[in-house]
Amino acid sequence: MAQRIEMKPVAHGALPYTGPRARKSQVGTRLRAGGRHVLLVIISLVFVAPLLWMLSSSLKTNTDIFIFPPHLLPTPPMWANYPNALNYIPFWHYTWNTLIITVASVAGTLFACPAAAYAFARLHWRGRNFFFALSLSTIMLPFLATMVPLFVIFRQLNVIDTFWPLILPAFGGNPLYIFLLRQFFLGIPRELSEAAHIDGASEFTIFRRIILPLSKPALATVSLFTFLANWKDFLAPLIFLQSSDLYTLSLGLQQYQSLHQTAWGYLMAASVVFVLPVAIVFFAAQRFFIQGIALTGVKA
Amino acid sequence: MAKVLRREGLGLLFISPWLVGFLAFGLYPMLASLYYSFTRYSGFGAPVVTGLTNYSLIIHDPVFWTSIWNTLYFVGLGVPLSIVLGLAIALPMNAKVRGVALYRTLIYLPTIVPTVVGALVWLWIFNPDYGLLNSILSGLHLPTGSWLASPDQSKPALLMMVLWGTLGNVVVIMLAGLQDVSPTLIEAAQLDGASAFRRFWHVVLPALSPVIFYNIITSLVFFLQFFDQAYIVSSSAGAGGNVDLGAPVQSTMFYSIYLYQQAFQFQHFGRASAMSWLLLLVTALVTVAFFRGSRRFVNYGGI
Repeated sequence: MAQRIEMKPVAHGALPYTGPRARKSQVGTRLRAGGRHVLLVIISLVFVAPLLWMLSSSLKTNTDIFIFPPHLLPTPPMWANYPNALNYIPFWHYTWNTLIITVASVAGTLFACPAAAYAFARLHWRGRNFFFALSLSTIMLPFLATMVPLFVIFRQLNVIDTFWPLILPAFGGNPLYIFLLRQFFLGIPRELSEAAHIDGASEFTIFRRIILPLSKPALATVSLFTFLANWKDFLAPLIFLQSSDLYTLSLGLQQYQSLHQTAWGYLMAASVVFVLPVAIVFFAAQRFFIQGIALTGVKA
Repeated sequence: MAKVLRREGLGLLFISPWLVGFLAFGLYPMLASLYYSFTRYSGFGAPVVTGLTNYSLIIHDPVFWTSIWNTLYFVGLGVPLSIVLGLAIALPMNAKVRGVALYRTLIYLPTIVPTVVGALVWLWIFNPDYGLLNSILSGLHLPTGSWLASPDQSKPALLMMVLWGTLGNVVVIMLAGLQDVSPTLIEAAQLDGASAFRRFWHVVLPALSPVIFYNIITSLVFFLQFFDQAYIVSSSAGAGGNVDLGAPVQSTMFYSIYLYQQAFQFQHFGRASAMSWLLLLVTALVTVAFFRGSRRFVNYGGI
């Protein structure tokens, strides 16, 4: 984030006025702050309400579910929904599948993106600008535009209905993450590299020993984005995975619907368990998320 | 000379994973799909060149136009709503209020929820018979709706579902942008007697224009291609988990959904590739046009 000269704006109420006008504006500021809080609480509630509803529904019996108007709180809470839901479909098996794909994709991203970003940010070579522009131009390339040939390629390689089509592309890097890392690398002082050069360090050494250790926050951000993107991915698994044995959680969840009618209580319980790891990671590493998201927009 | 070559070699070596990925998963598929778009190809055997047949089939296909209309509806409403709502929510957060971090977390939370989960939860909320929304509405003596089950209401309902899952991103980016607006500028305007509205219109908005511009582009590209929620709504509408894409009555038949259906339900790889290329062209044109236009409206750097 850009360095900003610390200069606090003068608040209304702090202006050195005296007399009734000052008091009036102070009350006004209070009221406005209060109004703002009310507004923000309402907005936040709108965003969180569906998740609370998911939580509440996950603890309802099938008869409670189909009561109209619905009770806001389940009475009594049906905790058995959770073990039942996780046995209703091979939930842990799908979790494992999702985890394999996710972890492998993070590894692939960390393999390809920092190196490319290093070449774009810290190496001087002809062709750098060309390749960087090329990489930028593919940020907006829609998966929909390439999925048919990708399907054909992966079928020729005989890897449809395996995890490979979901993992391999990560090892080719992602232009957005390369861009983010490049921006971060550009901010590391040149002198560090130059000093290492004088000491006889190669570019590989500088990359591995100086740049990467200094870039942990950026690497964490990119890893988190990759983790999240793969954890919730739907279209690619839908196309490339066929046997239910290989399903990810996103695909597996639909099975609560396919039999007779939707088992809403189970479905919501499973959804809660599906969201939980992401939510935990998110709360633990919120700083990286928010900074990374903000960086994509403000620095781009 | 040798040193120069070594530098070039080193650069290429560092970018080689990306370069291989770009060639294999970017450039080659793009060219292949251009070729497929001029062929009849079911994915088996060799593609048979048929010239412009696929393009002609597409433009005479009413479902194709339905999908274009539905997608335009989403782009036309979704992009402005994202920008206006995103800014409207970020603005009160930018004032020095306590607990901003908490509000931001709560508003951002839906974006990390897997799209499938979000869609299923909303499907349940929108359930015409037992859903939360209708029970709230009837409690307030307001008319209830069939939402995703009705062709007239499915698009607004779906749009609401999608915005719920994406607005958090816009808000966080807008907020970061707002926090980067120099306080001295606003202060100067204030001392000059500018009203709150004029401060916003003439100082904050121009300073924020690159961020707004970025959000317009990303949400535009997003709404052109969004797939997950529409697919899940469709596949849940069919009885017994049958996938009736675009249901009810093709009111949620979006471009992406139709492309998927052509490719993976009908095995019309040629026609799907033609649709891919049209989408690619539109995405590229829109992006370039916006970048051109942005030079007039976007204020990069100091004021």
